[in-house]
Amino acid sequence: MPLPLVDAVIVGAGAAGPVVARQLTAAGWHTVLLERGKWYTPWDCRKDDLRNQRNSTLGNAFGPEDEGNPRVAVAPDGTESIVAPSESAYQNNAACVGGGTLSYGAMAWRYHPTDFRMASQYGAPEGSTLADWPISYDDLEPYYEQAEWEMGVSGNDSNNPFKGPRRKPLPMPPVSPQGREHEILDKGARRLGIHPFHIPMLRNSVPFNGRPACMRCRWCVGFACEVDAKNGTQNTVLPAALKTGLLDLRTECMTREIMVDEHGRAKGVRYFDRSGAGYEQPARVVICSCGAIESARLLLNSSHRFFPNGLGNRYDWVGRNLQGHTYTGAFGLFEEVTYDDLGPGASIAVSDFNHGNPGLRGGGVLCNEFIRLPYQFAGMRPPGVPRWGQGFKEWMRQAYRRTISVMGPTQEMPMFQSRAQLDPRVRDGFGIPVARISGGRHPHTMEIGRAMAVHADTWLKEAGATRTWVRPPSPGVSAGQHQAGTCRMGNDPKTSVVDRNCRVHEVDNVFVVDGSVHVTNGGFNPVLTIIAIAYRAGEFIASSGLKPRG
Amino acid sequence: MNRRAFMVTAALGTAACSRRPQSPWRALTEDEAATLEAWCECLIPEDADSGAKGACVVRFIDTQLTKKYKRHRKTYATVLVALDSASQRARGLRFAALPFEQRTALLAGFEKGEHRRAFDLVLDHTLQGFYGNPRHGGNAGFVSWRMLGVAPAPVRGRLQYVIADEVARTRRRS
Repeated sequence: MPLPLVDAVIVGAGAAGPVVARQLTAAGWHTVLLERGKWYTPWDCRKDDLRNQRNSTLGNAFGPEDEGNPRVAVAPDGTESIVAPSESAYQNNAACVGGGTLSYGAMAWRYHPTDFRMASQYGAPEGSTLADWPISYDDLEPYYEQAEWEMGVSGNDSNNPFKGPRRKPLPMPPVSPQGREHEILDKGARRLGIHPFHIPMLRNSVPFNGRPACMRCRWCVGFACEVDAKNGTQNTVLPAALKTGLLDLRTECMTREIMVDEHGRAKGVRYFDRSGAGYEQPARVVICSCGAIESARLLLNSSHRFFPNGLGNRYDWVGRNLQGHTYTGAFGLFEEVTYDDLGPGASIAVSDFNHGNPGLRGGGVLCNEFIRLPYQFAGMRPPGVPRWGQGFKEWMRQAYRRTISVMGPTQEMPMFQSRAQLDPRVRDGFGIPVARISGGRHPHTMEIGRAMAVHADTWLKEAGATRTWVRPPSPGVSAGQHQAGTCRMGNDPKTSVVDRNCRVHEVDNVFVVDGSVHVTNGGFNPVLTIIAIAYRAGEFIASSGLKPRG
Repeated sequence: MNRRAFMVTAALGTAACSRRPQSPWRALTEDEAATLEAWCECLIPEDADSGAKGACVVRFIDTQLTKKYKRHRKTYATVLVALDSASQRARGLRFAALPFEQRTALLAGFEKGEHRRAFDLVLDHTLQGFYGNPRHGGNAGFVSWRMLGVAPAPVRGRLQYVIADEVARTRRRS
């Protein structure tokens, strides 16, 4: 059934959608925000080691449900399988209001200036679509700042000489005390002559925006914050947008497709509510903010006689260049007790190895890991320790409180053949064709990942580890919580999907605003960049003239 | 059985990992459960701290076999029969009847044989049941967390008084 016309409909209330909603409602736009998941609160935290967004052994805490939301995963050897959201091959992020930002670890990185011009800096390796962004760090800097100050970031990167220029410091200091791992690694880094600093985090270290400071619990990454000290879109920009009275948030509504009129422009979206009832929501502007896999799926599911291969897909770039991060690093066993039960755990980083590595095209930031919960730690056994029996139990008892892990997100070399497309057969519970994920990692990505693991290993040894073991890069397509790249931003419509303002090249009133537009994904967690791009795109859309005056 | 007798049996059952005589398990037969418990205890044996048995790992697996792990029921049925047959062939006894060392030796062979994928599955589920959150039926009394020296989760709600007590006990210990 058709509903009244609105100025904009945004699909997806994750990291980006609510930011765009905040920008549009501030400019007086009547906006509808559709989210397929539910709206959880701090009371849904649950601290369940086996059922959360980081460890979905017994299912995802914040969506999607295993029932009715399949995808098809194609392994590097070509074997296909239908996978559920709680399986790793699904490449899940989340499906709820706030998306990944409800339960993330909340690292709030700005990308490095060089991350925006990787091709100019290094040249693309063979088999990679490595390219420059059409925007620079300087274009994004004011929006990074806006994100940091409106949503709330704590930390201190003043000892990071490699960062891009910033006009304002972070609004909150790092959490205090910094924790034992931080102290141990800080000394080791200084002895090595590298530059340790406090990780910027979208987490209150002091009361901020009317919410309390972090209570330092063990259950952080993968969990909703019990005291609401973690800053996601669900407790910052979304309430601000709702307060204007111009935003209509509809949860548990799954968008089927973008509707196109006889002139080839978008006229709204078609969606289902949780009862399965179908609706048509007419809108002057449509914004896809569903995450890299689902935004690509929505565009591809919006085929039309003008767009037989899907909206924005004239040159077959939608869904291409699917990437995430290649996490590698090392574990170190110490004689002293390193465990202090002070969450979130991740605290210290070095950015010395993001660029300037001889023979390598980039690198990644290295950080100590979030607290390893006991079952998770059981999977971090070094070679030589038995898998079971008395020996393994003894290992757990001896090592759990004396281990530090240093990991980093290696910036990946994007590949055209790593992709999300529509599966020709499998459909979800609403009958909508699902995403089919295939591809792999570029050999050079693996090479960089291995080099980063060596740096992590060296750092741990210098910090006093008596024994270390590395986590090597894993093969296979990479996407997951850091998924990006499927609707690449660019100036040339033949080699990209959206322009520098996130507008789909071939349809002037459709925008893609999320990690999909990342040309490359930086050697850092991507969320602050997704948010900054959303602030920028939202501002552009509001001033685009797509809504008639008055 | 009248209601009162049922309640008493249920209460006793809870105390002993739900091994009630009439309907002891949700998914497993009594024989399967006995074999599985003997298996899990080899994977995480009791020493100064409880092992898989004390943590009620089989209760965790049995519960999950009716929910998330429904799809693994056949694997369990097959592999538990296979383990008992192997035990009968090698020692003339059911697996659960063997002494600990003989069970361990038998499993070491099993780990590398045709049932290795099922072995990996049981091992992973055992680790989940031992080290995971007690709300899923394993890690009874937070045994593994106390072994590692980490306090139970201060969950809000009706469990808070039980857990406050566990927290206090862990603090006294460490």
